[in-house]
Amino acid sequence: MPYLAPTNFDDALRFLATCNPKIVAGCTDYFPSLAQGVIHENLLDISRIDGMRGITQTADGWRIGAATTWTDIARSALPPAFDTLKLAAIEVGSVQIQNQGTVAGNICNASPAADGVPPLLALNAQVEVGTPSGSRIVALSDFITGVRRIALAPGEIVVALHIPHIADDTTSAFLKLGSRKHLVISIAMVAAVVRVEQGTLRDVRIAVGSCSPVATRLPDLEALLTDLKVTDLDRSLFDQDKVLGQLSPITDVRGSADYRVDVVSEMCHRAILTACKGN
Amino acid sequence: MDAHNIEANIGFTLNGDPVQVAPLPGERLSETLRERCGRRDVKIGCNAGDCGACTVLVDDEVVCACLMPAQQAAGGTVETLAGLVKTDNHAKALMERFQDHGAAQCGICTPGMMVSAVALLRADAAPNEQRVSQALAGVLCRCTGYRKIIDAVLGVPASLDDTGGVGASMRRLDGIAKVTGSEVFGDDVAPAGTLEIKVVRSPYPCAAFTFGNLDAWCAQADGIEAVLTADDIAGKNCFGVIPAFADQPVFAENVTRFRGEAVAAVVGTPDAIRRFNPNDFPVTWTERENVSDVTSAQADGAPQLHGDRAGNLMCRGFVKTGDAEAALAAADVTVEGDFTTRFVEHGYIEPEAGFAEVVDGRVEIHACTQAPVMDLEAMEIILGLDRSQIRIVPTAVGGGFGSKLDISVQPYLALAALKTGRPVRLVYSRQESMQSTTKRHPSEISLKIGAMKDGRLSGFRFVGHFNTGAYASWGPTVANRVPVHASGPYKVQDYCATADGIHTHCPPAGAFRGFGVPQSGVAQESLFDELADKLKIDALDFRILNALEDGAPTVCGQVFTQGVGAKACLEALRPAWKTERAEADAFNARSTGSVRRGVGLAAGWYGCGNTSLPNPSTIKAGIRADGTVVLHQGAMDIGQGSNTVISQIFAAALGTLATQIQLIGADTDVTPDAGKTSASRQTFVSGNAARLSGEDMRAQILRHANVSNDATLSFASGAITVSDNGKDHTIDLSNLEQDDEGYVFLSTGTYDPPTKPLDENGQGVPYAQFGYAAQLAVVEVDEALGTIKPIKFVAAHDVGKAINPMLVEGQVHGGIAQGLGMALMEEYLPGRTENLHDYLIPTIGDIPPIETLIVEVPDEHGPYGAKGLGEHVLIPTTPALLNAIKHATGVRIRSIPVTPSKLRQAIRGRSND
Repeated sequence: MPYLAPTNFDDALRFLATCNPKIVAGCTDYFPSLAQGVIHENLLDISRIDGMRGITQTADGWRIGAATTWTDIARSALPPAFDTLKLAAIEVGSVQIQNQGTVAGNICNASPAADGVPPLLALNAQVEVGTPSGSRIVALSDFITGVRRIALAPGEIVVALHIPHIADDTTSAFLKLGSRKHLVISIAMVAAVVRVEQGTLRDVRIAVGSCSPVATRLPDLEALLTDLKVTDLDRSLFDQDKVLGQLSPITDVRGSADYRVDVVSEMCHRAILTACKGN
Repeated sequence: MDAHNIEANIGFTLNGDPVQVAPLPGERLSETLRERCGRRDVKIGCNAGDCGACTVLVDDEVVCACLMPAQQAAGGTVETLAGLVKTDNHAKALMERFQDHGAAQCGICTPGMMVSAVALLRADAAPNEQRVSQALAGVLCRCTGYRKIIDAVLGVPASLDDTGGVGASMRRLDGIAKVTGSEVFGDDVAPAGTLEIKVVRSPYPCAAFTFGNLDAWCAQADGIEAVLTADDIAGKNCFGVIPAFADQPVFAENVTRFRGEAVAAVVGTPDAIRRFNPNDFPVTWTERENVSDVTSAQADGAPQLHGDRAGNLMCRGFVKTGDAEAALAAADVTVEGDFTTRFVEHGYIEPEAGFAEVVDGRVEIHACTQAPVMDLEAMEIILGLDRSQIRIVPTAVGGGFGSKLDISVQPYLALAALKTGRPVRLVYSRQESMQSTTKRHPSEISLKIGAMKDGRLSGFRFVGHFNTGAYASWGPTVANRVPVHASGPYKVQDYCATADGIHTHCPPAGAFRGFGVPQSGVAQESLFDELADKLKIDALDFRILNALEDGAPTVCGQVFTQGVGAKACLEALRPAWKTERAEADAFNARSTGSVRRGVGLAAGWYGCGNTSLPNPSTIKAGIRADGTVVLHQGAMDIGQGSNTVISQIFAAALGTLATQIQLIGADTDVTPDAGKTSASRQTFVSGNAARLSGEDMRAQILRHANVSNDATLSFASGAITVSDNGKDHTIDLSNLEQDDEGYVFLSTGTYDPPTKPLDENGQGVPYAQFGYAAQLAVVEVDEALGTIKPIKFVAAHDVGKAINPMLVEGQVHGGIAQGLGMALMEEYLPGRTENLHDYLIPTIGDIPPIETLIVEVPDEHGPYGAKGLGEHVLIPTTPALLNAIKHATGVRIRSIPVTPSKLRQAIRGRSND
């Protein structure tokens, strides 16, 4: 049976409906997941579909095509609010992985440690899903529903991510913690997006990855920090259990649950300070 | 092209030439390139994007070929190392620089490294170190410690000396194949389409099993040619590197003893093996109770792994001198502690692989190995064949570090070739390699050391339990080596050390660079710092005060009258110790954040060669009638450089240049037994054999010309010119009689180090020589996160005489990288970290600059004074890092690896912050 690589989106939907293929793009998660003797007869490669790759400015913000690679993101000229995403882009695996791996693949793989997800959550990303009856938009926070679980029905394809308009003076940061310098699955990561208005924090957004089944925003902490002065960002603000209450880390080979909460507190502080400084 | 349906042929440009291929749907580009296009310079280390060995350029961008469907390359351009070095100027320059710096050791990662470097240099012809690190971060190397690779890419000038004598930093003699992609590793021998083997393995640590109807299953399985089980073994279904402890079956019978143990193997066409799902194989498992650590394995009622080893005790090593308890009681101060280390995986980038065929009725096995003659001996027993019927032809070895001393793929290859009568190949998946081959022993060590107020040691009691896994492998060697070495290179008069090897249902623990000594060094060198602290004596002064020296007995009662370089190594660190400590103090004084700097040091020693056992090497050489000097060099070069070092020694003894020598081997049909590449013995033992062979050859020539020993030789076509006292004598080789191999001169040298057995208290002469080492590590610890960033190493190594200083540095760098991994990140958990993204080894960004101080205290037994080095290099690294962490943070970690999580917990416990 064939390897399907349509250039036209309608063809892709048709193949999806008729051939029951596995959807792939960069394949950086697909190949490592293959078990000996398990062969997918049909593969639908969406990377050649027209309009699937690249970042464009839209009336409402920005559109990131599903097959946009991490290298595409790292090399794009984007406002400082996207620094968090660009910093995450160069932390995804290695250059080899960044050249192949796609943004949509990262969210569809739905790993708790997906490097791209915290920045995208902090950017309020929305997922455009193509269906036979047209497209639908779903918030990223609703799209990833659990470990390796996403809200994508049979016959549907992720087409793009949309980042709503964000003020030009918004700045951001991304911190990743691992046990070695490169090529490492995160123990914890923090994305921070903020707008500093005359020394005061506005529109604070903080998202944490690898510390819950799905990366999550920290609304309590965001609320606590909003309208504070940069000079008042004391470390102790981040120690409060309640501001990290959304997290439910596990203990695994990379670190203990206690450790994760402990360092996330510190990382949130560092990330917001870095974000406030801008570039 | 019909982009909708890439079904059959695809076309792309490969290294400048158009190719048309018909890959299967979703076939990895790496497989297409290797098997359909013959591009075996694309190496496969993990098939998961974790190691980067398969890096190629697709449309000018680096990708892991193992993660790209071949169809995605359709219409594009693909470039591999073999193509780049022919046409790309950056690649050509890198080819030279990698050789100049010794940046390729085993060479398995080299294609990935060089291709990544080409992509970088195309974008930035003069990158800085940070850019090099980022660009090469996707490729793992286990041999070099990366620093030589960074230097090569940066274009740092190398200090080469290509004269090729003893002491010359000459390029590797076997380097060109490594930098052009033409080196042939274990999986590079078999022609495409060869029958393949897949081993069926136990999914449980311990399970009883029964097979269904294998014949019926085989008959109905399309493309499966044969099934192999214990029933197919004509000889003994048992192997082991130490005959008295041989206990491991090729195929388990009735019960398995570790997860990943082989029970059967299927042999079939590549397509059949691709489709073979082990879950469909007719085997029924009944899981049994298992033990996975030494404590539970020794508990009452614990399941017993081997009937004749009560309490799961494989064996005990023991050394005793003086009265440790009395000395400890009399000591002014004592320190004690319990230390824990974990399984460490060798993590070579080349998984075990090979090819076998029956040629003229003999079975020939081409596989990666560290010990061809031991392979031959094991296969004799398993196959029930006379050794004349077996040929072992080692391939290039993509890293070994001890694990490729044991057989792995060899019996399956031989059995399959003999059963089917056809050529066969086998390459382990990364998971299989990690599950089924040996590891570094986890250890539980209790140590107590005493000292008098003046700093002299007073009493040393060491009790170690080593988890040797399901089978003996090199466990007895570890048990015996540890008590001999646990004192470190110090004068300890009252000493008692035991090391027990305990069986568990874990993978066999075997040989890994240091044979247990790195584990004991962690305990001893950590407690030495604690003793120095307690005594308020500087840690370096304390070590120097107690350092072993000429004339002082070791804990085995062995007295060296010469050659003890422990003190010289420690003294070599003094300048760095002073300046780095001062710098760290200044750094910490001005630091306002959470980052603290620390400096630590540690020493080590290691006896070269087998412990109190014969381990001869033989090196043969011949001169052909055309004047070519041929060296039959059977000492496996697994990246460390024995091809070059042995040649340099032989050439010096003969009186010619190493570059003039033609190397043959290793191959059990044509090279005499140079023993195994382990125990840091090749430079010392095989080097001496090469020296003796060279001296004998020289003597024959001088005798023939009837000249004095001062004569110089030159080898030209068909003649040897012997110059003595200004007079030239020409030996016309065409007039001389040739032997069966076509040699007009033939010489063999055999060397066996002089040792004596150890008595019941471990007293005797275990080794003819030790090598010595001392290292200093500088780290920065981010106390708020528990992360550790090594900043610098200074490594002093007494090698007696550096035959090739560049290769010495390569060993030092690689050993430090492995010691760093063991200290900070590596922990193999059966069933959990069976890949290279959950099991972490250091990347290029983790290894700081390393300053190597070569110390030369000549050894009377070593060739030109040389001592072994391979194991010594990582023994001090881990404790030096632990001592640096203590200096930085005040916390003492006694359980490795020191993950950020573990260190942060200790830091929080320190100050409740």
